[in-house]
Amino acid sequence: MKEYVSVWVYSENNNLMLELISCGRSLSDTLKIELTAVLIGDEAEGKADKLVKYGADKVFMINHPTLKESPDEICLATLTDLIATHKPEILLIGSTKNGKELASRIAARLETGCIQDCSYLTINGEGQLITKRVVYSGNAVVTATFSRSPHIATVPLRTFEKLEPTERKGNIMKLEAKAVKPRLDVVSVSKMEVTDVKVEEARIVICGGRGIDSKEDFKPLKELAQILEGQVSNTRPLAEDRKWFSGWVGLSGKKIKPTVYIGCGISGMIQHVAGMRDSKIVVAINKDPEAAIFEFADYMVVGDLYEIVPAIVKELKKALD
Amino acid sequence: MPRIIVCLKQAIDVSQLKADANGRLITAGVSRKISDFDKNALEEAVRLKEALDGEVVTVTASVEDAKTTIREALAMGGDKGYFINDEALQNSDTLAISFVLAEAIKKIGQFDLILCGEASIDGFSAQVGPRLAELLNIPVITYGRKICLEGSVLTVERILEDRYETVKASTPAIVTVTKEINEPRIPSLMAIMKASKKEIVTWRLTDLGVSPGKVGEAGSGIRILDVKAPKVERRRVLIEGETPNEIAEKLVKSLIQEGVVGR
Repeated sequence: MKEYVSVWVYSENNNLMLELISCGRSLSDTLKIELTAVLIGDEAEGKADKLVKYGADKVFMINHPTLKESPDEICLATLTDLIATHKPEILLIGSTKNGKELASRIAARLETGCIQDCSYLTINGEGQLITKRVVYSGNAVVTATFSRSPHIATVPLRTFEKLEPTERKGNIMKLEAKAVKPRLDVVSVSKMEVTDVKVEEARIVICGGRGIDSKEDFKPLKELAQILEGQVSNTRPLAEDRKWFSGWVGLSGKKIKPTVYIGCGISGMIQHVAGMRDSKIVVAINKDPEAAIFEFADYMVVGDLYEIVPAIVKELKKALD
Repeated sequence: MPRIIVCLKQAIDVSQLKADANGRLITAGVSRKISDFDKNALEEAVRLKEALDGEVVTVTASVEDAKTTIREALAMGGDKGYFINDEALQNSDTLAISFVLAEAIKKIGQFDLILCGEASIDGFSAQVGPRLAELLNIPVITYGRKICLEGSVLTVERILEDRYETVKASTPAIVTVTKEINEPRIPSLMAIMKASKKEIVTWRLTDLGVSPGKVGEAGSGIRILDVKAPKVERRRVLIEGETPNEIAEKLVKSLIQEGVVGR
């Protein structure tokens, strides 16, 4: 058995941080080692206690008021330095776009392996960290382990449920950020106007595809989302080709795993399925009985979404009243 | 006259993959292509070259023969292709491949910009660009959807989960690009014919001074244990009815019974 020292977690996304703590907690419990959360950013002090309540044994707290969520040089240098000093065996990083860049660059600096977007992490009987992730546009699952230390893995949102907070004691240590010169100058930031900003966090997602003829025809989908307190999203062609939206669900877009996914007029191309295949219950509405989406559906509705969706809205209003 | 290096991966055409009876993926015989986002990177490089009168070279590392793929890149507007081809690259992960690409880039010499896809279409690990930046000690801007190069000032618009960021850096630098940056051209017959006369430089690892310990299993940080088709465990219950209302009623009832809708 290897000499593990600790499991570390880091994410600039607060929710994801708590989910990583949950994942890290089970790994560190199995290995009987400490779980450390690294908190970098502004107002770090106010957040440290919470991380202990959610399961961290130790919190490294680094105030860094200028961090704008970019994987900036200071964040990268501070983390790399801490890892080189304290030698954690496992480092889990939140799999945001910036998180993936950060993980790759730390791995490069430490000449170690990095596995992105892990959907499953466990310790096997020999104390090895085993991961699973989807590759080939959702056509395969790769099981892999590490041959170098530290092991760096990134984990997407909603892969693990955060733990219930409890009154526990932890060790909070205040550290200094490393003083390095930033190489990028963030000139401006603009928020996306899309409604599906939080689609990764939604419990119910109504997704529209090429079977929808105009942007205005999303209205019934939005009504459905409203009743179900869910979010509306779409496939890539509606964003890319028709320019109706800026984001999408799919391999190169958002990966979602809601409790209920309702696909309307979606053919089920593998690139889209790669983004929604982890949904708990999949409902597919398509007038083509041969549509590939039905292979991935729990409830198959063969019919015209222009008729079916309003009928569902009406039926839900009745049922939930 | 900027010199732009484009990193091209020869990827598996994932739409053609099949699994055997045990669920293991069969990659043999599946056609290969320029990885989708790398094609966007190449297109962007060619557009910059056309606007600024520069040069575009491509670099590819593969254990398999990738000359046909590189030839396609040259038809799209690349001026010269570098191909690192060595059986020792078998089982190399992104740690090893990035090291080899960095060594090749050092040998290629001066450059202003390196463009990569945001990730490869098969592995989708999104590591090579950021890793190269560290190995070459230059800035990296990931997820670029708009690039502007003026002298040594690089301005890139990044697309993130919920926002766009406009970021400036000095060249030499690396940018990884997303699909929305452009629509890759389909080369004309003339361009394809011209490409057959362009040079592809093939290097073995010894040409780069890369020792065997830096590649393959020894040079990698991860070890693949298994590659399998994911199990599809969907119930595939067909909701039938005479009218949309009847179908909707049945569906809503099912969802309420599942406890996922309503109280």
